[in-house]
Amino acid sequence: MLKLDNLSARVGEEESEKTILNGLSLEVPAGEVHAIMGPNGAGKSTLAYLLTGREGYEVTGGTATLDGKDLLAMEPEDRAAHGVFLSFQYPVEIPGVPVMTFVRTAMNAQRKARGEEEMSAPEFIKKAREIGGILNIDAEMLKRPVNVGFSGGEKKRLEIFQMMMMEPRFSILDETDSGLDIDALKTVANGVNALRSPERSMLVITHYQRLLDHIRPDKVHVLAKGRIIKSGGPELAEQLERDGYDGILGEVA
Amino acid sequence: MADDVKVKEGIDADTVAAAKALQSENYSAGFKTDIETEYAPKGLNEEVIAFISQKKGEPQWMLDWRLKAFERWQNMTEPGWAKVQYEKIDYQDIYYYAAPKRGAKYESIDDVPQEILDTYEKLGIPLREAEVLLGVEGADETAAEARTGESGSKVAVDAVFDSVSVATTFRKELEKAGVIFMSISEAIREHPELVQKYLGSVVPRSDNFFATLNSAVFSDGTFVYVPEGVRCPMELSTYFRMNAENTGQFERTLIIADKGAYVSYLEGCTAPMRDENQLHAAVVELVALEDAEIKYSTVQNWWPGDENGKGGIYNFVTKRGDCRGARSKISWTQVETGSAVTWKYPSCILRGDDSTGEFYSIAVTNGRQMADTGTKMIHLGKNTRSRIISKGISAGRSDNTYRGLVSVHKKSEKARNFTQCDSLLIGGDCGAHTVPYVEAKRADAQLEHEATTTKLSEDQLFYVRQRGLGEEEAVALLVNGFVRDVMQHLPMEFAVEAQKLLEVSLEGSVG
Ligand SMILES: Nc1ncnc2c1ncn2[C@@H]1O[C@H](COP(=O)(O)OP(=O)(O)OP(=O)(O)O)[C@@H](O)[C@H]1O
Ligand SMILES: [Mg+2]
Repeated sequence: MLKLDNLSARVGEEESEKTILNGLSLEVPAGEVHAIMGPNGAGKSTLAYLLTGREGYEVTGGTATLDGKDLLAMEPEDRAAHGVFLSFQYPVEIPGVPVMTFVRTAMNAQRKARGEEEMSAPEFIKKAREIGGILNIDAEMLKRPVNVGFSGGEKKRLEIFQMMMMEPRFSILDETDSGLDIDALKTVANGVNALRSPERSMLVITHYQRLLDHIRPDKVHVLAKGRIIKSGGPELAEQLERDGYDGILGEVA
Repeated sequence: MADDVKVKEGIDADTVAAAKALQSENYSAGFKTDIETEYAPKGLNEEVIAFISQKKGEPQWMLDWRLKAFERWQNMTEPGWAKVQYEKIDYQDIYYYAAPKRGAKYESIDDVPQEILDTYEKLGIPLREAEVLLGVEGADETAAEARTGESGSKVAVDAVFDSVSVATTFRKELEKAGVIFMSISEAIREHPELVQKYLGSVVPRSDNFFATLNSAVFSDGTFVYVPEGVRCPMELSTYFRMNAENTGQFERTLIIADKGAYVSYLEGCTAPMRDENQLHAAVVELVALEDAEIKYSTVQNWWPGDENGKGGIYNFVTKRGDCRGARSKISWTQVETGSAVTWKYPSCILRGDDSTGEFYSIAVTNGRQMADTGTKMIHLGKNTRSRIISKGISAGRSDNTYRGLVSVHKKSEKARNFTQCDSLLIGGDCGAHTVPYVEAKRADAQLEHEATTTKLSEDQLFYVRQRGLGEEEAVALLVNGFVRDVMQHLPMEFAVEAQKLLEVSLEGSVG
């Protein structure tokens, strides 16, 4: 289970310092998929970065644990080895490093950190082909440098490709649906659903109901003012889609 | 020699036998006689030069050649324009000749600084071999012993055996093809007509301060001649680790590819080379006749000195290729990671019509290293083409300069050049400079130049670490991506080693 308890965090240098998270609490039990919605600038990506260990954030209070382990004390790569995966809102280009090389190097690094054997090359290639097939990613694309010259939608599909290859224990999808066409949205949702299992859980950050039509989340949370201001079932997303955030924000004000 | 020694694929039984014979000769006889070191007196004058020439059993013409260079050198001043600073060298305080020595630099492996041993380990060089490379007393004996199969280390046996056996295979096959591959001293004695014809024909005796010094005092180096129409059947390499200690500080290399010939030559070694001789001033001359091609690859890892740059190697090298014949081609590929100070500009003279010159370079500086490297492409013939891809990586408090010259002469119709210089900065205390010069005497020259400077980005670093790579692995991956288009031009086995070398060189550059 992912457990966030009263988490507060600041961002930025001295003068421009800003509190983004302010007593955020959230629990995502193993096997569940939760969605997080919230207005622009509410702190959704900040939360994702905080959980994955990006520099530049200062935790000012509270805790974050995954299966009882203190996430905040770990280096980013150790969190990855423990199965924390982030599908980036803005995937990063890595010139000169082919996708296959990148994913293989990363997976082997994770395995090594866990004391597991490396994946053999044939096994890896077979798996990559299979998953590429599901996500409509052809072999040519896997030979290209990571994200370089990829279209917006292709970048997002490549994030899901990596997620499916790595089979993480806990995934955060930060607006993976933004920029996807209707077919790609279904493809990505299929990928996500294929990964669902009793051991795995996910946090899906989104602005739109349509992704949630394909991935039925167990719970929907609204992040605003630096914390979760409301939680509910899938119907909460439908309500937000219809009425926007004004009503809910009014309730808590 | 144990029978279970692993033999490299494709080496026949004869060769194995020959190699075995060769090794025992080398190490039973060779070791004892070589141990006395004979120095010329310190300093440089005509007597010292005559002494060197005599020691090498050179003919009179060679001595005259050296003396003329020396005369010239005395009237030259050391260049001061490169963007590097180093302590003044006292040229009268240097030994210009020492007989090939196998004297120990360390009394035992325990005296070798731990950081150096760590580096060897990271590069995957077996300890026994490391001992020999580092010049640990008695290392030759232990290595020889390793070969007799009496000691435990199979790894060392394999590695050592590999280099010796490959050397023998080389000799045989090369003879069959008519390729001459020997030390320049031997060549001066055995092929004087070739040496006289080509030595100094690319880098003239009076070319520059360091080249002229080299012409006067060069101790040894390599000579290659590939006859007309011959494609050299294998990559030629000075990379016989066990022999690497003899390279010397004033190396002279001369490579000639006759009409339609092809040769690929590898120089250097990923192992960090330490040498008490601070000053290294090599000269490399390449001559490609009609339709000939020479590929020259270098991986260099001289010791850069301690964290303050003290004790590192000053590497001042003159490398030049002459595309003398029509349609000839010369390409330089280099990976430079070491030295306290590097000053080198492998160049191509595109004399033949339709000839091509290429320069692919990766230069890494870390700590307090200074590198000033680049190339010169001199377009003389018609339709000549050149291509320059330079990747500079600076980390720590180092300074990395690319200095390039593309020059198009009056008669060089339709010359074309493409230059791309990319710099990558790791951290905020290092510097990268790009200094491209262009001299075009014709309007129909097509010259393209692209330059980029990027900082290793936090976003990239985080992305890669989020996927599971540690900080240093992440840097290595990003850097390898950055240099990929140059790496591709290195021969396969070299590329793998070079990649490892980059990783090791950049350790501790972040965080
Ligand atoms: N390094 C930083 N320095 C200053 N402010 C920052 C920094 N990083 C984020 N912020 C601010 O923190 C707030 C939260 O940003 P965040 O990216 O987490 O929002 P979000 O909920 O993901 O929004 P969106 O829906 O637009 O993606 C924003 O106001 C943003 O400008
Ligand atoms: Mg966001």
